[in-house]
Amino acid sequence: MDTNVQIGTIVRVTGPLVKASGMHNAKMYELVKVSSEKLLGEIVELNGDIASIQVYEDTAGVRPGDIVERTGETMSAELGPGLLESFYDGVQRPLKVIQEKSDSYFIARGIEAPGLDRERKWDFVSRAKEGDVVSGGDVLGVVQETTLIEHRVMVPPYVSGRVGKISSGSFTVLDIVAEIVSEDGQTHKISLMQRWPIRRPRPSQGKQFPKTPLVTGMRILDTLFPVAKGGAAAIPGAFGTGKSVTQQSLAKYCDAQVIVYIGCGERGNEMTEAVTEFPELIDPNSGEPLMKRTILIANTSNMPVAAREASVYTGITIAEYYRDMGYSVALMADSTSRWAEAMREMSGRLEEMPGEEGYPAYLASRTAEFYERAGVVTCLGADKRSGALTVVGAVSPAGGDLSEPVSQATLRVTKVFWGLDASLAYKKHFPSINWLTSYSLYTDNFGEYWANKIAEDFSLLRTLAMDLLQQEAKLLEIVRLVGQEALSNSEKLVLEVSRMLREDFLFQNAFDPGDAYTSPQKQYGILKSILTIYLSGKDVVSSEDFDFLQLRSLSCVKDVSTLKTFSGDDLDGQYDEYQKRAVKELSGLAH
Amino acid sequence: MKEYKTVQSISGPLVVVEGVSGVAYDELVEVLVPGEKAPRLGKVLDVSSDRAVVQMFEPTSGTQTADTRARFTGQALKIGVSTDLLGRIFNGKGDPIDNGPAIIPEKHLDISGAPINPWSRQYPNDFIQTGVSSLDVMNTLVRGQKLPIFSGAGLPHLKLMAQIARQAKVASQSGDESGFAIVLATLGLPFEEAEYLRHSLEESGALERAVVFLNTAADPVVERIATPRMALTVAEYLAFEKGKHVLVILGDMTNYCEALREVSGARKEVPGRRGFPGYMYTDLSTIYERAGRLKGCEGTITQIPILTMPDDDKTHPVPDLTGYITEGQFIISRELFKKGVTPPVDVQGSLSRLAGSVQGKRTREDHAQVKDQLFASYALGRDARELAVVLGESSLDEVDLAHIAFSDAFEREFISQDESVDRSLEESLDLGWKLLAMLPQSALKRVKAEMIEKYLPKK
Repeated sequence: MDTNVQIGTIVRVTGPLVKASGMHNAKMYELVKVSSEKLLGEIVELNGDIASIQVYEDTAGVRPGDIVERTGETMSAELGPGLLESFYDGVQRPLKVIQEKSDSYFIARGIEAPGLDRERKWDFVSRAKEGDVVSGGDVLGVVQETTLIEHRVMVPPYVSGRVGKISSGSFTVLDIVAEIVSEDGQTHKISLMQRWPIRRPRPSQGKQFPKTPLVTGMRILDTLFPVAKGGAAAIPGAFGTGKSVTQQSLAKYCDAQVIVYIGCGERGNEMTEAVTEFPELIDPNSGEPLMKRTILIANTSNMPVAAREASVYTGITIAEYYRDMGYSVALMADSTSRWAEAMREMSGRLEEMPGEEGYPAYLASRTAEFYERAGVVTCLGADKRSGALTVVGAVSPAGGDLSEPVSQATLRVTKVFWGLDASLAYKKHFPSINWLTSYSLYTDNFGEYWANKIAEDFSLLRTLAMDLLQQEAKLLEIVRLVGQEALSNSEKLVLEVSRMLREDFLFQNAFDPGDAYTSPQKQYGILKSILTIYLSGKDVVSSEDFDFLQLRSLSCVKDVSTLKTFSGDDLDGQYDEYQKRAVKELSGLAH
Repeated sequence: MKEYKTVQSISGPLVVVEGVSGVAYDELVEVLVPGEKAPRLGKVLDVSSDRAVVQMFEPTSGTQTADTRARFTGQALKIGVSTDLLGRIFNGKGDPIDNGPAIIPEKHLDISGAPINPWSRQYPNDFIQTGVSSLDVMNTLVRGQKLPIFSGAGLPHLKLMAQIARQAKVASQSGDESGFAIVLATLGLPFEEAEYLRHSLEESGALERAVVFLNTAADPVVERIATPRMALTVAEYLAFEKGKHVLVILGDMTNYCEALREVSGARKEVPGRRGFPGYMYTDLSTIYERAGRLKGCEGTITQIPILTMPDDDKTHPVPDLTGYITEGQFIISRELFKKGVTPPVDVQGSLSRLAGSVQGKRTREDHAQVKDQLFASYALGRDARELAVVLGESSLDEVDLAHIAFSDAFEREFISQDESVDRSLEESLDLGWKLLAMLPQSALKRVKAEMIEKYLPKK
């Protein structure tokens, strides 16, 4: 049998799925070029010499008899300097290059655009010396990729040996910067770029238990439902509840060092907003433009559906690559439901037996595999550095009903659930994350961290706040039935303080530059100030003849809404002062 | 061009032709039925080495397996475009039905279009004035946005649609409206409704700047799959090649989705929710995403798709998937309609995601604040009204009562607007201030003091 045959023949075309014969040597997930237009595709099923190919571009005009060219490579991401500040489609083609090459506003077909710029030169500074014994993950040298990120050029996984030659200087991504001679005498040429198959997790020396929270600057998330650096969170919500706004807020303000944002089957204008806004917005943690640490991947809803399926893998592979350098990386996927729908569409065309609601039977396992790529790891390399990859996936359940398969498959593998609530959105309470149904399984992990970094009583206050909000829900039921008059003063105080928690702590305006980001220190200040009113007022109001209106007229109560506007150097001092004033005013009521 | 007489089977909108060769996916097919002059059109959905499945855009009634000929044209379905299309009325297939002269096209364009490169987009930041207060002030329509109207059976969305089509303008500084155009496509509307729209455009003179495609309930169902794409291809031509600001109105999208379901059913595909195909989200996005604003391009496309929610259910697949793609929604409220408020726009449930980029920035300085205040006060008034039902008005204080009076007046004077009344944005904002004057000034927390000073009518 001739093993050199690299060309197959198309026998069937149905939408993004093409079947070709003469492919008996092809590999699963091998990259192919379809028809004379060289449309990019990937083999997803092999049956005898017939290969099923999902095509990443529109297949209009493709006909049986056209050729399919095999490349011998699997679908891989290009990893190296130049990833940051890029804006890619789902298969890592720079959208800007596509526009320039096609000279069109629209996505043209058959355009070859490599993920990394072949012309651009980078200043490589070697860290390893000739003769060093190195293995996968060891840092050979560095490139200052952006003002924020030092790009560590690593020995690719599974390569080891003695450094033969290495030189500093100015190189393109393809130039050879080092040679590694392995024990069997083989020479590996190392350039600034390496490739990695997108569907295979990058290896590490093992996972660690996540202990540090990802600080997001969003009060409800950091204080009530924190996610770990290296954790996985899900945000399900019906349309209009603010999934994308929350995801974008996270991308802007969270304290990860590198952000990968995947717009998977979502709106074009939203991605345009990110591209226009990010270079202008300043990262509160570093003072540099946000784009310097960001990689955007946009495969909007009307772009080819197979490339949408690939986009989440492209994104997570890039994210893992920066994790391997020892960075803390956060990946936002908006929305994983569109990814699942792309799987469903391809599965349907492959005529696979459908599972629940037409989704393929492997939906849950693919989802789990994806979220399991999150984590804190000991990276490859002798220095045993750690890197973290946090994954936040938006879910768009049909009709807002969480019993559907994608939501359920996601909730089973994520430890944090930020439940968006349409009725809160209707009342214009944002972020419309429901504090009664949401949860984070990480809160217990962070007790020590908060106690050391912020304050001893942080966890205590958090529990109290949650408790008050739970009580409020019950009391409101009663009020709805029999009116406010039926409540005791203590219960009225619970309602009053819960209202403050909702309106002046949980409510946060993502579009107000002053309010969009709140440091943990400040979150603690506001929370403690509000709860001081409860703790000091509790005894005062419990006496029988107390007139509740008195409490409402206190200046500290009226000033609660100003708490979040405190700014300047001595935040702690300002909150201290407010709390003292509150204690004084409240105890004044007792007489 | 190849012609075959080997039609093997016909089932619903699908025709299977055997023994074909060299047929391309998605190409246009002309099916010639014996005894008919004009061919019926379809496109290739699935093609194997010797067999092609053709989806028809026209009914298959009267076609036979014998003697019917299928001609594969080697091209996609195209529409001829030129600026002469303005002022003309076509049927759902794109043939003129207004007895006007034939169109001499400048060129022919593939109706399926291509996705806009997200890099080429520019973020929309200017508005379209509809002349309807509840839209312009509360949920501003932005040029390049796609903002659907969610309505229900028996609600007056058509009147609103006609009012928008008549009144919409880009409100340019110079007052010149020649850069503005409307493309209207009806999808499966009953004759009376389609005729009402046509008449309303004709009478007001708005037809001159409009291109109208009419597919009525009597027209073939499958034709509806092509009609919105023709309309959008014309819109893209006018916007991105001729620099016009184009407002595209498509309705009723529920009928479109039902046509999609019919084709899917005929192909025996695994159905998704309520029998609609699993790829409906992707399919709808190839319509809705054909809106926007491009870098270095004068014109824009703004879309208002209209759909009726079966049983007023927002979670039905059609409104649900639409809402996930579009940038907000206008909701028509049955409750307000029953109260006699028209157009009954549910301002609280409606949302324009892009409004923030224009309110107070491209419009009058007080716009964003007045809007926030009206929202807040109206919500308070509605809450108080509910409370009054439970506990009786006597248990409410003066401020609550003022809010109830305000929210009643807001519905009666602000949301309610006669269909012949065209309010400029400034008039609408002033009206908002006039109503806010009903409330104690201490209740106006969302507007800054200097705005109150400048705009609040003195008592």
